[in-house]
Amino acid sequence: MVPVSDEMMKRVHALDLPFNRYGIDPYGIQASTLAEVFTVLSWLYYSYFRVHVSGLANVPSAGRSMLVGNHSGGWALDGIMTMTALFLEPEPPRLAQGMAERFIGRAPLIGQMAKAMGAIVGIPENATHLLEHERLLLVYPEGAKGTEKLYSERNSLVDFGTGFLRLALRTRTPIIPVAFVGGGEAIPTIFNLYKLARRLGVPYIPITPWGLAVPRPTTLQIYFGEPIWFEGDGNEEDVIILRWVNEVKEAIAKLISKGVEERHRIEINRTKATAKTPW
Amino acid sequence: MKVLITGVSSVPGRLVAELLSRNGHQVMGIDRRPWPGAPSQIPVHRVDLRKRPAEDVFRTFRPEAVVHMATVSYLERSSDDLRHNNLGSTKKVFEYCHNHGAKKAIFVGRHTVYGAASDSPIYHFEDAPPMAGSLYPELADLVAADLYAGQALWRYPELDSVILRIVYELGPHRHSTLATFLEGPKIPTILGFDPLFQFMHEHDIARAIVSALDHSIRGVFNVAGPTPVPLSLLAHETGRTPISLPEVLFPFITGRFGFSRLPPAALDHIKYPILVDDRAFRKATKFAHSYDESDAMIGFRTGDAAKTTNKV
Repeated sequence: MVPVSDEMMKRVHALDLPFNRYGIDPYGIQASTLAEVFTVLSWLYYSYFRVHVSGLANVPSAGRSMLVGNHSGGWALDGIMTMTALFLEPEPPRLAQGMAERFIGRAPLIGQMAKAMGAIVGIPENATHLLEHERLLLVYPEGAKGTEKLYSERNSLVDFGTGFLRLALRTRTPIIPVAFVGGGEAIPTIFNLYKLARRLGVPYIPITPWGLAVPRPTTLQIYFGEPIWFEGDGNEEDVIILRWVNEVKEAIAKLISKGVEERHRIEINRTKATAKTPW
Repeated sequence: MKVLITGVSSVPGRLVAELLSRNGHQVMGIDRRPWPGAPSQIPVHRVDLRKRPAEDVFRTFRPEAVVHMATVSYLERSSDDLRHNNLGSTKKVFEYCHNHGAKKAIFVGRHTVYGAASDSPIYHFEDAPPMAGSLYPELADLVAADLYAGQALWRYPELDSVILRIVYELGPHRHSTLATFLEGPKIPTILGFDPLFQFMHEHDIARAIVSALDHSIRGVFNVAGPTPVPLSLLAHETGRTPISLPEVLFPFITGRFGFSRLPPAALDHIKYPILVDDRAFRKATKFAHSYDESDAMIGFRTGDAAKTTNKV
């Protein structure tokens, strides 16, 4: 049990979710779990990492939207910190629901925790259902290949799947490109273990210079781009869909470049701000 | 309207029969089991649906509508002699409907036909394949009956067939698949899993079935009620104690130490949720549930029907 402040509980109940009298929503999201986990995450967000967020106004305060991001770091730190930013920064807060890898569905404990936080197995039926219920979806079209990236590849993008774009078209959902910079510095993967991972039922295990993929405190940058609307019904030919997927990919790549350019300045400013803080 | 109800002696069968009778319908029932104290205006014929006397009931009563509720599910046990009971009786009911001029047939099925799996959609729509037969052999007969009832839509086009896939029933009568699972004081759960359970109050189930009868609908419909709740909460609210155990221990504890007996395939039903999207049914019938999840759980715990019947 984590002690939860009244303020944190107020933010949970300010979310646009139809909690029942037990604080449970129709997807199994639990208000008490959100409050406890975001209490821990808010400490990581404000005190452990130094998180810089830009473009929050591009995320609508209500209604369906699809956040499409890049992976950065050996595991889903990017998704967790993006969720935390959207819970802590805007008024009212929003809950971004992540599309999880299939193994999360059968993973005990961690899978249960992820579901109680709003994550859902990333299959088209689930994503469609969430969007039809005006939820905010967080997707990573790079999939597990994205989190497998090594330190040297941290600001690059691997191939995108195309399912997210057809889904956006079918559900008439705007796509908001999101860039996450700094995950590779926090969890610099030098290589991945595959054989052992398969035995444990996970796709891979990232190894960092200090062994386990425990993130180090560093600056994390999150950039929300302007919403992109595509007109269509999702039945377009692959060549058209691929062109539009590349548009989204380019939008994310531009935001990543912006983040890389700004990173040094942001780190210096953060260091100065910390030095001036009396405590 | 003349309505024949099969499985009328079950709790939902009785509730549907009483509700229809109160609404002015002429109701008759069929069941192998007795209904002690059945209202005089609801005659009950104690016959086996698969035998000739059952067809005689159809022949003489000539129902305009049939509500087929004589199906069973085997969450707790497997039985060879019952294995083809659901399919056999369902085939006969639809044949009798066709032979004796019924205009509407409602098959009361279960949402468990979709099956429980880690990578299933969180909410199943009516067009999802019923996978339970391959995942859970004890439910294969129920799936076969459900699919056979679906075939009636094209096999007997003159008959308005309605297949209802209804979530678990819960309420003061404590007589359902879920009630059987919740029977003991200790509810086994699998460590690290706490799936959502979707259930409806027994009176709401009766109202939903009547609603399907009252509206001009045909086809397959999911029927659900309030927000699903995690198994741990369901156990607590029904006055039980959930006990989380590693999955590997289940073969050794099932049916012992006060725990319910579960066939191996049933473990997936307490690991992964089976949830259904019921928007199509609500839109077609304007049905709205009257009892929330708390009403159903507390009704089950207290066994107090009197507290809840005023909502019907």
